Amino acid sequence: MDKQRADNYELHRREVAKTLLKDRTDDFLVVTGLGSPNWDATNAGDHPLTFPLWGAMGGAATMGLGLATAQPTKRVMVMTGDGEMLMAMGSFATIAAQGVENLAIVVFDNERYGETGMQATHTAGPVDMAAVAKACGFPVTATVKTETELMEALPLIKETKGPVFVDIKVKAEPLPFILPTKDGVHLKNRFREKLLGPDSLL
Amino acid sequence: MTENYAWAPDIYDVLKDLDVRQVAYVPDAGHARLLKMCEADNAMRCIPLTTEEEGISLSAGAWLGGERAVMLLQSSGVGNCINMISLANTCRFPLLMLVTMRAQWREFNPWQKPMGEGTRPALEAMGVKVTQVDDPDQVGETVRSAGEQAYGWPDMAAVLLHQKLMPVKTFGK
Repeated sequence: MDKQRADNYELHRREVAKTLLKDRTDDFLVVTGLGSPNWDATNAGDHPLTFPLWGAMGGAATMGLGLATAQPTKRVMVMTGDGEMLMAMGSFATIAAQGVENLAIVVFDNERYGETGMQATHTAGPVDMAAVAKACGFPVTATVKTETELMEALPLIKETKGPVFVDIKVKAEPLPFILPTKDGVHLKNRFREKLLGPDSLL
Repeated sequence: MTENYAWAPDIYDVLKDLDVRQVAYVPDAGHARLLKMCEADNAMRCIPLTTEEEGISLSAGAWLGGERAVMLLQSSGVGNCINMISLANTCRFPLLMLVTMRAQWREFNPWQKPMGEGTRPALEAMGVKVTQVDDPDQVGETVRSAGEQAYGWPDMAAVLLHQKLMPVKTFGK
């Protein structure tokens, strides 16, 4: 366990989120895990085709699976944290077994529980999340630590046949809360209206 | 008990009428016949889960994308879902859970008792509407009513399939 390692990572999560969400089209659907990834996505620009979770810890990846299965012609990106993903490591197996080609899971891995006092997660220890995903059968996996590696991972996340898993090591740093609406019914309805049209709300 | 799970095709027909496309499950013997029918149907995607709570978030994701999902699980698996039901509750995602029951009727295994008896109160504590059926002739229409309300309102609904609907499991004793 190295609790200080992430203090010195090069990548800043807010900038990574902006990079991932830049120039997005309506063919790019996003689910964020609760906590920091939600604030990171909101900071990069609120969007009706982003569903930011405020709870349901451990549910982001399989929410992405249900969405990607329903929308095979769209790209789905799940953007979540290491603590959230550790709670749902079984979903690596579930997703890989389905072989959904249009799903990318991206973990912003600061090796901390950011919302609760920055306690170390298992990724500050021996756990290699990309190796877990690979062992479960994800055909494309990567661990990203530098700006150059991030640029190389972008096409994997946005278009490579998946399921894709990318673990992005980001600096453990305190950041301001940038909050979207917490009205879950609104978040759901605006997403469906944008994706499926107004009749979907009838 | 019902020979050969004669009610299973009734559930399948209702799921077809409701246009259910994603069938998420942790297997139970009580669902085996229904699962076979769903697996043979190219319009349905069967999605085995490592733990039942994945089915709650999967169902929500399916609805975001315009598809309907159903969960097939045993009563013991309901306990694995509890916090994740917050997602369906807070956002009013449709949720349809078909639960085969244990610890109700000629149960052999006492380890099934706590969650079997806790299934209904746990679901109701999370706001899920619970309907139990023990008459094989009523299974299909009970699922239809629960499904119409789940997808139509939308709402969270669980149908408990009473253990009398299943053969007695005696572990070879």
